[in-house]
Amino acid sequence: MRTAFIDTLLNIAEQDERVWLLTADLGFSVLEKFIERFPDRYVNVGVAEQNMIGIAAGLASTGIKPYLYSIANFPTLRCLEQIRNDICYHELDVKIVSVGGGLAYGSQGYTHHGVEELGILRMLPGMTVVAPGDPVETRLATQELNKHSGPGYLRLGKANEPVLHENEPGFRLGQANVLRTGRDGCLISTGAMLGECLRVSDQVRQENGLEIRVVSMHTIKPLDETMLLKCVRELPWVMTVEEHSITGGLGAACSEVLAEAGNFRARFQRFGLPDRVNHTFGSQQFLRNLLMGDLLEEVQLLCRARRLAA
Amino acid sequence: MEFDLKASEDLAARIRSQTLRMVHRAKASHIGSCFSMTDLLAVLYGGLLRVSPDLPGSMDRDRFLLSKGHGAAAVYATLAENGFFPKSWLDTYGQDGSVLSGHISHYDVPGIDFSTGSLGHGLSIACGLALAAKRKKHDYRTFCLLSDGECDEGSIWEAILFAPQFKLDNLTAIVDYNKIQSFGRVKEILNLEPFADKWRAFGWEVREIDGHDHQLIHQTLTSIPFVANKPSVVIAHTIKGKGVSFMEDRLEWHYKSPNDQQLETALRELRRAA
Repeated sequence: MRTAFIDTLLNIAEQDERVWLLTADLGFSVLEKFIERFPDRYVNVGVAEQNMIGIAAGLASTGIKPYLYSIANFPTLRCLEQIRNDICYHELDVKIVSVGGGLAYGSQGYTHHGVEELGILRMLPGMTVVAPGDPVETRLATQELNKHSGPGYLRLGKANEPVLHENEPGFRLGQANVLRTGRDGCLISTGAMLGECLRVSDQVRQENGLEIRVVSMHTIKPLDETMLLKCVRELPWVMTVEEHSITGGLGAACSEVLAEAGNFRARFQRFGLPDRVNHTFGSQQFLRNLLMGDLLEEVQLLCRARRLAA
Repeated sequence: MEFDLKASEDLAARIRSQTLRMVHRAKASHIGSCFSMTDLLAVLYGGLLRVSPDLPGSMDRDRFLLSKGHGAAAVYATLAENGFFPKSWLDTYGQDGSVLSGHISHYDVPGIDFSTGSLGHGLSIACGLALAAKRKKHDYRTFCLLSDGECDEGSIWEAILFAPQFKLDNLTAIVDYNKIQSFGRVKEILNLEPFADKWRAFGWEVREIDGHDHQLIHQTLTSIPFVANKPSVVIAHTIKGKGVSFMEDRLEWHYKSPNDQQLETALRELRRAA
């Protein structure tokens, strides 16, 4: 996803001279293409994220469109108040990009697990929060974010995520994409869990003949409430899936909508990380299974419960 | 341009009187912090800053950031005295429905670019403004007024590191060094000394001045950048509560607002000095 991001940003920067790239000294072997092409529109502020946000606010107030690049929690939680006061308070056009969202840096330790930021940034007024599911969505999200004026956050995975969209999808911020159709249940995914959701959907289709809809809710704010309500009104169950704390993120955002909506019969469930510190480390896949459980099993349980109820 | 000392000191007296009335009416705090920087504001807005109430949003205007956002009342008074908005607005300070908040706010307030209030934010924003001017060849200058207590914040030192690296000689930091922070004397809470040496060691060109000497403030700020390719910092030695005898160098005036009698006494003192 990070390659898709930087390649797209490079293209955008060719057309839009307002685009600058700032980093807090991260992005080695990723950002070089941009640095070489636009040295005057690139700033490495050093390992100083709070300063980076303030600088971006100053730049943006003159009409520059800064993209800030760093990893995991550094450009988000570390400098949360700067984002709130310097950027959101002033409604400035600054885009924050974090690589290694979720458990991508699983073996690097809990400090590097970016698993609360979607919920926290979602609370900031005017902030658009986007977590694309694959490199195609990353490219499209980057392009759309550049057209959108105002504070934005883009959560990326790491490198070499598979392309999941077989065809070029229509893409708009705040409008979810359906990657698998189906009437037997629904997985609503955000970020890099999209691949897992597709795999489970395909497996259940093959083994049980059930058709599980898969929705990529790449934009968490503004949330596609219409899509969510359509799913809970059409299908027996809906489960949100995110590599994020069970509190505050996609599942919470959907819960808020559903609690007020009424008029639906679907069972609603959240799949995500438990609300506790994780002291065990390992690969992204290992930690997903350890901390969230087996998505396939959860889906089969939901399907079985549905059959028993029927 | 010839510096008119009398006009500058008169402006400062008017700012102090307005600020007093505002803080009194609002029963607000931070009068001491407003008064320690009033003379700096008077010189800056008395003709030194290239800003105009007619074009408060022009690209080439000098940028002024109040990083010590709690000094808002004095800046509102300064802007009103300079015609950025009607003086009648000052009556709304601290009142229900006002656009003028106790920590400086930009929204719907002509002449103010950035809201602050949480300490340690302004200098980073100022670095961004100065960097944009450098890279895009704008000739506006950026001034950022800091408090001494604010320099406890780590983010300030991130910005202090940054500015010399990027040769921001169009950036001037001014520290209102009144030596009192929220809980007591700076040197007893978290000592900044040797303060000038610290800035110098980080790569800034430093001037230390009496922050109440208008002539000296003007002379200093008209000679920036002090050295080409280096950011400038003016450490202004000031007195908290300056201008009103019973407020000077007293911690309590970080919090208290004057009662009716104190207001009268203070206004009388200011009139006598003018």
